[in-house]
Amino acid sequence: MNAPSALAHACADEAPPAVDPVVLRGATKGFGPRILFEGVDLRIRRGEFVALLGASGSGKTTLLRILLGLDTLDAGAGAVAAPRSAVFQEPRLVPSQTVWRNVLMGLPWRAQRRRRALGALEEVGLGAHADAWPVTLSGGEAQRVALARALILEPALLLLDEPFAALDALTRLRMQDLVRRLCARYRPGTLIVTHDVDEAVRLADRVLVLRDRRLTLDVAVGAAQDPASAAGARLRARLLAELGVAPDDAGIAARGSTAPRAAVAGRA
Amino acid sequence: MPGSIGDRHVISSSAAAIVVPLRLTPPPRRRWRLAGHGPVRFVLPALVLAAWQLASSLGLINPRTLESPAAVLEALVELAASGVLLDSLAASFQRAAAGFLIGGGIGLGLGVVAGMSRIGEYTYDALLQMLRMVPFLAVIPLFVIWFGVDERPKILLIALACIFPVYLNTFSGVRHVDPKIVEAATVFGMSRLAIATRIVMPLALPSIMVGLRYGMGVALLSLVAAEQVNATSGIGYLALNPRASLRTDIIIGVVVLYSVLGLLVDLLIRQVQAWILPWHRTVLETAR
Repeated sequence: MNAPSALAHACADEAPPAVDPVVLRGATKGFGPRILFEGVDLRIRRGEFVALLGASGSGKTTLLRILLGLDTLDAGAGAVAAPRSAVFQEPRLVPSQTVWRNVLMGLPWRAQRRRRALGALEEVGLGAHADAWPVTLSGGEAQRVALARALILEPALLLLDEPFAALDALTRLRMQDLVRRLCARYRPGTLIVTHDVDEAVRLADRVLVLRDRRLTLDVAVGAAQDPASAAGARLRARLLAELGVAPDDAGIAARGSTAPRAAVAGRA
Repeated sequence: MPGSIGDRHVISSSAAAIVVPLRLTPPPRRRWRLAGHGPVRFVLPALVLAAWQLASSLGLINPRTLESPAAVLEALVELAASGVLLDSLAASFQRAAAGFLIGGGIGLGLGVVAGMSRIGEYTYDALLQMLRMVPFLAVIPLFVIWFGVDERPKILLIALACIFPVYLNTFSGVRHVDPKIVEAATVFGMSRLAIATRIVMPLALPSIMVGLRYGMGVALLSLVAAEQVNATSGIGYLALNPRASLRTDIIIGVVVLYSVLGLLVDLLIRQVQAWILPWHRTVLETAR
């Protein structure tokens, strides 16, 4: 059977709650002669927060786009649970609609109630901005609106494509806390794609590394979540090494963990 | 006094370091304030008008070549009093409006379809781009042969002239809608129709409005040309009326009418724009 259509079918049908939000088997994707990844197996469980790390061009964003139905698999099979929603690197709000209208984007026209949007906006701390135009928001505020828009669907699967990459360091930390709190409450299966090791460790229950066409590392975070702990430093160093950052750089990055972040590579 | 500012100053100058004095905020100065910026725009036209009137009054300009502003005003008042002016304006306005509605409607429809579907673009974009380069005045004789000399060729000429600015701006407006926003809408399950009507069209509207504004200007322009074709009414006819053909005051009066009309139409469109695009004003203000 054609793999992309399997993905589409799983989304169209109302998935029973017991289904894992993401199941991928032998997923393969390339552009022309260049193969991004092949034979990737991935399972994300309900309520699980998974971070996918990889350098620029490793194919991690393409993998996320496939899960969103924006791209197709070349080979392999998979299914994702519905409803799914996403927050992108840019807020992608509609500038001709007020904030509360934007929040309701994913709901059918008849279910679009202002009261519902206000509730979602309250949760991200933007209740007072419901009637504002998107352009008047700061980058962090706009991204919180995008988060409200994603969560109002009560998604079974939440996909985050470097959602904090364009934010300043302080705003990023606040946003990370907010996302963690809201995900703990709604318990969607969450996949965040990032090249930021600190962000991955801080947010996720499980970290994957996509490198050389495969998932080369799949590690539970556990006690390493605390950046000050020895386990935290060890995991960070290990992830950086896996991503090909020399131990020297890794040491610097680990020491500087409270300052902005240890980015592996800039986004192309 | 070691460590004091004066001390340092001495050290740095003796060491021949480069010192750049920092600027203090200047004390508040009374500025020339005009009520808004509107009145300033009219200063130069008013000066030109005054110079013209002065030259005429001093006999520097032959009235046969150019009548004085006062005479022009007088002629207009005279035409208004006889009712000719209003009739002419009504006739011209009807033509321009009809032509604009037809041409603008066609341009808008074609632009939206071509902007949103490749098929539309491939089938007729090249054709329209070619037709666009034809000066529409060149087809007047053809239109007379095809459609006769009554209202039809006039309205169709105006329509033809309006199609292109509206088409081009609509097409580019639709094409320049951020594809990332459309992609997000797809992810959030919006249908193609909903995306077209609730996202693409509103976002293309500023550009569409620019097209409509151009279109209205072009309609007025082609009005002049159209009304030279065997017209028996309208302000273009007024200028060409045999009885008036030697009266520069009436001809200039008509020119003034055209410009005032153009100004009013532009003002109207801007007003409509501000009214239906509240979000766009915010975008512009934020970008400033």
